[in-house]
Amino acid sequence: MAQTTSHAGQKYYVPQPMAWPILGSIALFLMALGGVFAMNSMSTGWIAFSSGVMLILFMLFRWFGAVIAESESGKYAAQEDLSFRWGMSWFIFSEVMFFAGFFGALYWARVQSVPDLASMLHSETLWPGFTEHWPSAGPGFTEKFTPMGAWGIPAINTLLLLSSGVTLTIAHHALKENHRGRLNLFLFLTVALGAVFIVLQGYEYSHAYSELNLKLSTGVYGSTFFMLTGFHGFHVTMGAIMLVVVLVRCMKGHFRPDHHFAFEAVAWYWHFVDVVWLGLFVLVYWL
Amino acid sequence: MASKSRIHAARWAMAALLALISGTAAALEWYMPVGVTRLTQEVYTLHNYVMILVIVIFVGVFAAMFYSVFAHRKSKGHKAAQFHENTTVEVIWTVVPFIILIFVAWPATKSLVAMRDTSNPDITIKATGYQWKWGYDYIKGDGEGISFLSVLATPREQIEGTAEKGEHYLLEVDNPLVVPVGKKVRILTTAADVIHSWGVPAFGVKQDAIPGFIRDTWFRAEKTGTYRGQCVELCGKDHGFMPIVVQVLGQEEYAQWTADQKKKAAAAADDPNKVWTMDDMKARGQKVYESNCVACHQANGKGAPPAFPPLDGSKIANGPKEAHIDIVLNGKANTSMAAFGKQLSDTEIAAVVTYERNAWGNHTGTLVQPADVKARRK
Amino acid sequence: MSAVLDTHGHGDHEHGDHDHHGHGPTGLMRWITTTNHKDIGTMYLWFSFIMFLVGGVMALVIRAELFQPGLQLVQPEFFNQMTTMHGLIMVFGAIMPAFVGFANWLIPMQIGAPDMAFARMNNWSFWILPFAGALLVLSFFTPGGAPGVGWTLYAPLTIQMGMGMDLTIFAVHLLGMSSIMGSINIVTTILNMRAPGMTLMRMPLFCWTWLITGYLLIATMPVLAGAVTMTLTDRHFGTSFFNAAGGGDPVLYQHIFWFFGHPEVYIIALPAFGVISQVIPAFSRKPLFGYASMVYATSAIAILSFIVWAHHMYVTGLPIGTQLFFMYATILIAVPTGVKVFNWVATMWQGSLTFETPMLFALGFLFLFTLGGFSGLVLALAPVDIQLQETYYVVAHFHYVMVAGALFSAFSGVYFWLPKWTGKMYDETLGKWHFWLSMIFFNMIFFVQHFLGLAGMPRRIPDYNLMFETWNKISSIGAFGFGLTQLLLLYIVLKTIRSGEKAPQMPWEGADSLEWTHLPTPAPHHSFETPPVLK
Ligand code: HEA
Ligand code: HEA
Ligand code: HEC
Ligand code: CUA
Ligand SMILES: [Cu+2]
Repeated sequence: MAQTTSHAGQKYYVPQPMAWPILGSIALFLMALGGVFAMNSMSTGWIAFSSGVMLILFMLFRWFGAVIAESESGKYAAQEDLSFRWGMSWFIFSEVMFFAGFFGALYWARVQSVPDLASMLHSETLWPGFTEHWPSAGPGFTEKFTPMGAWGIPAINTLLLLSSGVTLTIAHHALKENHRGRLNLFLFLTVALGAVFIVLQGYEYSHAYSELNLKLSTGVYGSTFFMLTGFHGFHVTMGAIMLVVVLVRCMKGHFRPDHHFAFEAVAWYWHFVDVVWLGLFVLVYWL
Repeated sequence: MASKSRIHAARWAMAALLALISGTAAALEWYMPVGVTRLTQEVYTLHNYVMILVIVIFVGVFAAMFYSVFAHRKSKGHKAAQFHENTTVEVIWTVVPFIILIFVAWPATKSLVAMRDTSNPDITIKATGYQWKWGYDYIKGDGEGISFLSVLATPREQIEGTAEKGEHYLLEVDNPLVVPVGKKVRILTTAADVIHSWGVPAFGVKQDAIPGFIRDTWFRAEKTGTYRGQCVELCGKDHGFMPIVVQVLGQEEYAQWTADQKKKAAAAADDPNKVWTMDDMKARGQKVYESNCVACHQANGKGAPPAFPPLDGSKIANGPKEAHIDIVLNGKANTSMAAFGKQLSDTEIAAVVTYERNAWGNHTGTLVQPADVKARRK
Repeated sequence: MSAVLDTHGHGDHEHGDHDHHGHGPTGLMRWITTTNHKDIGTMYLWFSFIMFLVGGVMALVIRAELFQPGLQLVQPEFFNQMTTMHGLIMVFGAIMPAFVGFANWLIPMQIGAPDMAFARMNNWSFWILPFAGALLVLSFFTPGGAPGVGWTLYAPLTIQMGMGMDLTIFAVHLLGMSSIMGSINIVTTILNMRAPGMTLMRMPLFCWTWLITGYLLIATMPVLAGAVTMTLTDRHFGTSFFNAAGGGDPVLYQHIFWFFGHPEVYIIALPAFGVISQVIPAFSRKPLFGYASMVYATSAIAILSFIVWAHHMYVTGLPIGTQLFFMYATILIAVPTGVKVFNWVATMWQGSLTFETPMLFALGFLFLFTLGGFSGLVLALAPVDIQLQETYYVVAHFHYVMVAGALFSAFSGVYFWLPKWTGKMYDETLGKWHFWLSMIFFNMIFFVQHFLGLAGMPRRIPDYNLMFETWNKISSIGAFGFGLTQLLLLYIVLKTIRSGEKAPQMPWEGADSLEWTHLPTPAPHHSFETPPVLK
């Protein structure tokens, strides 16, 4: 049934039963189990893990496919649209909180634990000779490493992401004014900027590992640096994939000037990733 | 203090009530100990004060509720009134609790400030938590330089139930911490492996021991005697078996104790250059093993796989001695196998390694000398 | 109505026909693929009950070992694993899903919506749970067993554990995903799916408490995910978040955990408050005394809950200023909580009270939760907490608020809505037995634990000094009694479903929310196809 009347007199779309969710759960289970096995050096883990990844990609593809088809066949009205908006906003809020946890760790390391370890009480008893400084890999870390500077690739990356925010906004306006050509062009530019960002980030990592001796295991500096930028990079990748999907849909002629929630959701997500990067640039690279 | 007698009365009333409920004698431990430091006494009073307060509120609130329960029943034909919302009432029941809380916060703040003031101690002792024992180093003040480990002394048989349990079951150690009466003792806590927590209820003291960090607390015991506590942060398998025992001695006894301790240390000090015989080394090693290694690897060397590997027949204990010395010196990261290099002397490590290589089914015949260990220290 | 095939138009089906065998999947597939909020609610509730039994059996292992001094039944490692898994399973497997189950069943009905906003995602939120539970249980079968680190998963003990720890970490990730998706769904449903005229300030209080709980979950679950992720990378990828040698800090873990952990306890408590706020007015036949102030108090609790977390860390050596701040903020929570307690009592005042089982459990809740709140207040005072931290006093405190609080409230809700769910009436006599036995045995287990704590018995230990023996014996006997009593609940529910008498349309005279006033009993498979008309 599913279409029931809602307050505007239309019907709220309640989808039919389907098997995507259970497939998704099985996929997550396989990924978790496989991940654990792989981390504990059992090679079978990789099999389970990759089949989980494949299953979840398949599931997402089909699930979103179904949603897109429903949307294009006009099953969603204003109320569904608003539900999607609320849903996406809360989802982004949860992502913000995820990053907040890691920023919290960075804050703690810089403001609390490193200075504390270098305090008199500690340098007299446990960690002789350790002095306060940042970036720091802690008192037990003996190798030399070079911290990542802010004004090379990171600055370029900042520019890239900021301009991708601009191109995306231009694309959005184009959609609203129904200039399909401009829409596709600027959306494509956004994807391209995102892709360059990811490539540069990858180059920066390899540079860090091969020349700066800066690794995930370089004390708390390395930990926070790679985990924050790494999760961010992962989110950029996700965002870029979502942009590609939207681009393909645009090229297929999906969306209308007044009805394009998927576009907006991805745009919000992209701006969120942008803002996180600004935080990273200032707190991880610069200061 | 004027309120003391009231507090005691309340305490007795509660005790009486309880004895009635449970039908057991009043000799049971059921209330906070009064303790032997000024701070515990403060905490004790604060606790009583809050208890009385909440009991009064509790009785008030539930008197009202039970009155309704009995008087406003449908079965008694009570008709429901339909009133709701009354700003005056609502303001009162928001503001009054707030004011009550200020009266609670005030004494709590005062006690807390006093508890955290670790300045100007007479004696400073570092307590290090290990899995699962305590190490004490007298850092400053009388007794400076004394250092020893303190391990559970309750025999295994009592725990397993094959022997009668003693009065201080699980609350007894081989070497208690010894401090003088009436002196401000500052305890620095730290840990070698995971978080432990050093606490003695009778002193009103509890402080986490965090690996890699130093935290501190203090007490001034006002009465001589023996006081007992336990590790109070889950630290793995034998968390329940690493008690803390503090002996508070009079000034003279304490001076005597420090003198004895120093003499003993001098006598026991090993000459790191001494060359040992196999039998002496094995005997010494067995002792070291029993106080440091049995908790995990067991007396029979069989360990408790898979958490704790057996040493009997193990590859390392039967392979090259260097690897064996290394793992004891440096431990193994991310496992509970600690780096014993910091706790044990070269002689002790040499001894325990020798022992492990020649005990149970291991017959390597290797004799490790202190010099071998020294050579492998970085 | 004939199933939920979206191709069917509105006119295709008759009202009141809830025979869904016509078109949709049947049998097991119906449950696996369902998008119906009621089916999903039912699954949540059953899952939660099963987890409650599993966690309860673990509690019984703990209590059996603690029956007398000495080691009898289990080894210390296994004891720690039991403690850890008991805590995790009860919190994440039993209590939280129970209230999500209530939310699923009730929120669409109470606000006049056809279903949840995201019906498919709703299914996914549920079906992640059994897999997460499986990961937890599997950890027992790995080398070294389940982690024995406490439900708080403190580093660096977690770094030492075996593979079971990794399984637990991923289980926490999955549980978190499930909670976040579930909460987004609930929050969106409440914000966007209300029937015309159902303004926020007219919603039943249960919906309000869930709106705020959903917000708390979305805000804190990701932070917990971050904390366990750091643990995972510290374990396997050489990071140093919680390792002093690398400049990290074990205490950092505790801050992140409790930033989640304290709001978490209100995540458990707020929906329980919501249920009680429905039940007490119904059996008092009188509207809730202060609806608006209840809403404000709930919000105040939620806001405060973000700035009190370090009251779990008074003995970690925080600077004194920090300690004082957290102490003041913590005791402040007593004010809005007090507002709630006073409101419930004022609602009963001058009412026309009857005492069916839901009301009995609500009163049990009120009495014992307040008691637990007071022991919380005692713990909130830092100097006293330094004496009581990590002792059985804390164990007593949180079982009062979580078992006599949240669990009793869930029981109350089950009895209250069982007629609506099944269309049948439960056995009142047996319900009363369930209540009174639970009440007696609960206090037998946990009241005496206050004494143990005051006398200094640490928690999370498998063995203890002789001076603690008597109270432990009483507590253990109580635990077995309480456990057996819960089987009675199972029996009552099954009996209701199979052979209960048909429930009248309005089994409770005083109930006034939409699910009672605007829907038939039992509730039809789909709630409001046409939004109800509100006066
Ligand atoms: C449902 C869950 C729940 C709830 C609602 C609460 C509510 C409260 N908790 Fe509790 N708590 C836990 C679950 C919960 N807690 C858990 C699980 C732990 C242990 C975790 C672990 O370590 O494993 C814990 C531990 C815990 C600690 C740490 C103890 C320690 O480890 O040393 C503290 C300390 O401050 C604390 C305080 C409080 C306070 C002040 C409240 C307040 O919200 C209570 C407020 C209520 C009232 C005060 C009663 C009603 C009020 C009135 C009638 C008004 C008048 C009153 C006055 C003026 C006083 N709790
Ligand atoms: C809401 C959550 C919740 C619930 C409902 C419970 C329920 C119970 N808890 Fe739980 N408990 C916690 C949350 C909860 N607990 C947490 C978070 C911790 C901290 C963990 C940590 O330290 O890390 C804890 C710790 C904890 C401890 C301390 C352990 C320690 O420190 O080592 C104890 C000890 O008595 C205990 C006991 C019990 C008992 C007896 C019940 C009973 O209410 C259970 C009753 C249910 C049953 C018994 C199951 C039903 C019956 C059957 C399946 C039939 C079989 C029965 C018989 C044959 C009799 N709990
Ligand atoms: C807290 C528990 C604990 C204590 C105490 C302990 N060990 Fe270990 N030990 C372990 C663990 C766990 C391992 C396994 C490490 C690994 O995973 O390789 C281990 C491994 C070893 C090994 C290597 C065995 C092998 O074949 O892999 C040796 C040798 C050893 N310990 C010696 C000692 C000595 C000597 C002592 C005392 C001075 C001691 N241990 C005390 C936990 C402990
Ligand atoms: Cu050491 Cu617990
Ligand atoms: Cu808390």
